[in-house]
Amino acid sequence: MAEPTKFRLTMGDQVHVFVRSGFEQAAWNYPRLQNMGFCYLMIPAIRRLYPDQTDQAAAAQRHLELFNTMPYMQSLITGVTLAMEEDHANGKPVTDAEIKSVKVAMMGSLAGVADPVWWGIWRPLLSAFAATLVFSGFGIVGPLTFFIGWNVVRLSFRWLTQRWGYRRGISAVTGLQSETLRRLTEGASIVGLFVMGAIVPRWTRLQLAPSFHLPGGVTKRLQAMLDQLLPGVLPLGLTLLAVWLLRHRVRPLWLFVGVFVLGIGGYWIGLFR
Amino acid sequence: MNLEFWGILLVAFLAGLEGVIDEWEFHQPIVACALVGLVTGNLVAGLALGASLQLVTLGWMNIGSAVAPDAALGAVGAAWLVTGPAQLPVAMGVIMAIPLAVVGLWLTRGLRRIIVPLVARADRAASRGNLGQITALQLMSIGLQGLRVVIPMAILLALPSAWMTTAYQWLPITLRGGLRVTAGLLVIVSFAIVINMMASRRLWPFFFMGFACATDSHLNLIALVMIGVALAVIYLNLKSKDQHPQGGGPTSSADDDLDRELDDL
Repeated sequence: MAEPTKFRLTMGDQVHVFVRSGFEQAAWNYPRLQNMGFCYLMIPAIRRLYPDQTDQAAAAQRHLELFNTMPYMQSLITGVTLAMEEDHANGKPVTDAEIKSVKVAMMGSLAGVADPVWWGIWRPLLSAFAATLVFSGFGIVGPLTFFIGWNVVRLSFRWLTQRWGYRRGISAVTGLQSETLRRLTEGASIVGLFVMGAIVPRWTRLQLAPSFHLPGGVTKRLQAMLDQLLPGVLPLGLTLLAVWLLRHRVRPLWLFVGVFVLGIGGYWIGLFR
Repeated sequence: MNLEFWGILLVAFLAGLEGVIDEWEFHQPIVACALVGLVTGNLVAGLALGASLQLVTLGWMNIGSAVAPDAALGAVGAAWLVTGPAQLPVAMGVIMAIPLAVVGLWLTRGLRRIIVPLVARADRAASRGNLGQITALQLMSIGLQGLRVVIPMAILLALPSAWMTTAYQWLPITLRGGLRVTAGLLVIVSFAIVINMMASRRLWPFFFMGFACATDSHLNLIALVMIGVALAVIYLNLKSKDQHPQGGGPTSSADDDLDRELDDL
């Protein structure tokens, strides 16, 4: 006969963990990264599941081990960990080592998928859209769109994945079909690249200064001629050059230095205006 | 002045905390500069700076254990210089944000080491089963992350704003023009970082399609996103159709390997 379930996390505990999960990264430190943050967010659950102080100590030490993932994906890991801790507390065959290894197994693979999607695609797109709203004269609507849009998506995602992880437990790990995730990433990359292609010529401000005096008293500006050929061709060329440099391991800080040299030097010799 | 001072330090605290925890995104220039503009009563300049600076910081992201330049100190500091009494032009605000963000980056790295003793105390608390102390240590870290931007901002606020204005006026005209050009060009770096993350050999064509569509100035960003989403759906549908008859398997993984090798070139 199965043992009766003695300890259960209430909905209140889960909300409490959810609220704390939003401060996970504050104690970011070099040797063990987000370890203290993760331990901090597990505390409401530890208190509920382990009335005995030695068990509490063991659980806290378990979660102070090195941890690092993409902060929003941490909610899924948190959900799974909550389910495992609950089983552990109820005497089911879930060992201390298993809890640790599931966390480690999930943190790397989830961060690898989620970092580019959240920071590399979704934030640039949403914030560039918000900036466009400001440039188009919508004023405060721009920042509000970014702030509300970002946080509604983030909070829903965090809560839903934490719940899902908690309900599915360890099977959530196998439930993550990597093929679906890969397709999602690829689709997001396509939209992102397409929109970046449009943003590059529109929001790079660069004007060539030289103009030519053609026979017959006509003055033609180089920039106008270039715009007739292909608007934004100069920003395009510079962006592609920067991508090429990044792919050859040139650090972004040096690119900034390069832009300063190009901007100041180009103005000085009368190339840009 | 007093209310303004505390208001800006409050924004600095939120931005400093967010620059590390990356949740509510108060440190993103489009939000931070608008808030500073609201406090100084110069919202319009704050919004303009925020939007320009947002495009410059588009590619600054903390991934893994790498630390990007700190948008928080860059945005709050620049917004004070532009919307505060110094009244620098927006382009100069964008320029000033860069050194401030680099200072913020150093402070972030330093703080990640300063927190190490706190974590050692958390270890000791854990071994005694003292959970309350771990919570307290985490709250202390939250405070430290906020102070990471509050302290440099307090210093910046204490400097007479006339210094900045005078320094700016002393700049030779050529240099001022050059910096204005640079401010417009800085976006390139972030654009390249973002593109570099997404682009693979197969997906590059979508970038050029977007570029070509942008030449029609009637297409706004919403319309462009719609075209982009439609293209992504078409591409993924066609791709899965192609793969099913072969059953995926070894063919597709060999393909992926080839793709990766080509990307490495």
